[in-house]
Amino acid sequence: MTTHAIEAEGLVKAFGTTRAVDGVDLRVPRGAVYGVLGPNGAGKTTTIRMLATLIRPDEGRARIMGRDVVREADAVRGLMSLTGQLASVDEDLTGRENLVLLARLLGFRGRGARARATELLDAFDLADAAERQVKHYSGGMRRRLDIAASLVVTPELLFLDEPTTGLDPRSRLVVWDIVRALVGEGTTVLLCTQYLDEADQLAARIAVIDHGRVIAEGTPGQLKASVGRAALRLRLLDPSDRPAAEEVLARVAGAQPVPDGDPAGLSVPVPDSGRAAAALSALDAAGVGVADFALGQPSLDEVFLAITGHHAEDEEADG
Amino acid sequence: MTTTPTTPAERELTERVHAALATGARPARPGAVATTLAFGWRGMLKIKHVPEQLLDVTVTPVMFLLMFTYLFGGAVAGSTGDYLQYILPGVLVQSVLFTAVYSGVTLNTDVTKGVVDRFRSLPVWRPAPLVGALLGDAVRYAIAGTVTVVLGVVMGFRPDEGVAGVVLGMLLVVVFAFALSWVFTTLGLLLRTPNAVLNAGFLGVFPLLFISNIFVDPATLPSWLEAFVDVNPIAHLVTATRELMDGGASAGDVGLVVAEAAVITAVFAPLTVRLYRRA
Repeated sequence: MTTHAIEAEGLVKAFGTTRAVDGVDLRVPRGAVYGVLGPNGAGKTTTIRMLATLIRPDEGRARIMGRDVVREADAVRGLMSLTGQLASVDEDLTGRENLVLLARLLGFRGRGARARATELLDAFDLADAAERQVKHYSGGMRRRLDIAASLVVTPELLFLDEPTTGLDPRSRLVVWDIVRALVGEGTTVLLCTQYLDEADQLAARIAVIDHGRVIAEGTPGQLKASVGRAALRLRLLDPSDRPAAEEVLARVAGAQPVPDGDPAGLSVPVPDSGRAAAALSALDAAGVGVADFALGQPSLDEVFLAITGHHAEDEEADG
Repeated sequence: MTTTPTTPAERELTERVHAALATGARPARPGAVATTLAFGWRGMLKIKHVPEQLLDVTVTPVMFLLMFTYLFGGAVAGSTGDYLQYILPGVLVQSVLFTAVYSGVTLNTDVTKGVVDRFRSLPVWRPAPLVGALLGDAVRYAIAGTVTVVLGVVMGFRPDEGVAGVVLGMLLVVVFAFALSWVFTTLGLLLRTPNAVLNAGFLGVFPLLFISNIFVDPATLPSWLEAFVDVNPIAHLVTATRELMDGGASAGDVGLVVAEAAVITAVFAPLTVRLYRRA
């Protein structure tokens, strides 16, 4: 029994002269969502396809729950499910037929396969559409069926490749809830996404991939902290108190407060919530009334841009 | 944003997903036969949902049979009745082999749409999706063959060997088509789009079908063309089918076809499986 759901070392995959994946290392702990974040073409899907035994790595090795993806591919297939970026269900078949087919392929027989399909259709809110061909499904329904198809047998590890790309906001939230429910049930989820808020919402840890390499790794909080621009934002009861507030904050937080457009508003960089609390009580002791305050972390968008440097200028301007 | 489910609808969804997951214990792994049959069942479902694919399969033989019999029958064989008697086994071969091209097209569609990724990530006997699909296709072959024979009988085709002969002839054709479809699945995995497979498949099959003994007695051909017909496996199949239906079957002729089918399968089935693993 290893502690990690996925251990990958130095994975490389080249297509022609392009190194789509150029030395990826991953250590994914069990029982949580692990986010793989990166723009289109960063190598996320190729990495997933290697881990899911669909293609062989050119270099490096990877283990799923301790089993080698090349030498023990069949055992790995018994541990994981894949919901690919393309709809990995048969569009010509109905939702029910798709699930019955997979149930049969996974060892359910006759009535058992049909019962399992019904159970999943109900769970994923697809009962009404069960007898319709999948090509007539909406994007959200198709995604739900796709995920349901990966859960005919509860996998130890689920690969989700861009599960909400192209979905409306409502369907997106439903997929997020399903992912949370899955993790609650003990499944490890490897979530590839190009949406930073999605990784922020769901993932316990995140690897940021760019040009086929992992360029940063950590919890969403660590990644944000590494950019180090958390700030305490305040609005005062009385705008005339602002000079006094600035003086107090400069002393307690050890950084220069920045007044903002609102005459009663200002913010100050703080290293952690403890220092923010200290600043608030110092204001209280100095008799400066605070109407409103918030401890803001930099968004993952800012983190991503800061790490990849793709939009360094924009990032400066955001300040 | 929803860090935890808040609305009753979300809570309910979460509970149902939990319940479905809790009962998702893995049953015993199915054997190669059960898996292959499940994929065969998928092929049947596709016929049910996309009956258009049967249109190509049935219209083409009907068209050829009517056209050739009434257009060329008089000129080639002196009477339409005699000509029908001569060409029917060949048209049967032709309609079934055209159908075989679709095996490659279907496989290519699966690859381009992404459903193959799902199948390949399952812990099942590796060739099952391919063998199962081809078994499903065999049903299509049988339909195409039946349409041809029934229409032929309506038009006046009277096989000397009766129902048994016709059934044996069709069986031989289906067996050969099953073998040949491995060539098209190989093509289906090598080419990029379903259309490319269709075009390449027909391009390959057309000359083999027409430069054969389906429509004319090869003795009337120039010698170099006759030499080609002599080595054309499809001509061998037509000869054997004709004999099974109309009398004069020899173990040698039927055996040759079976041997050719075996060789084609032995080369192209492993090739398809190999390519499929890397698709």
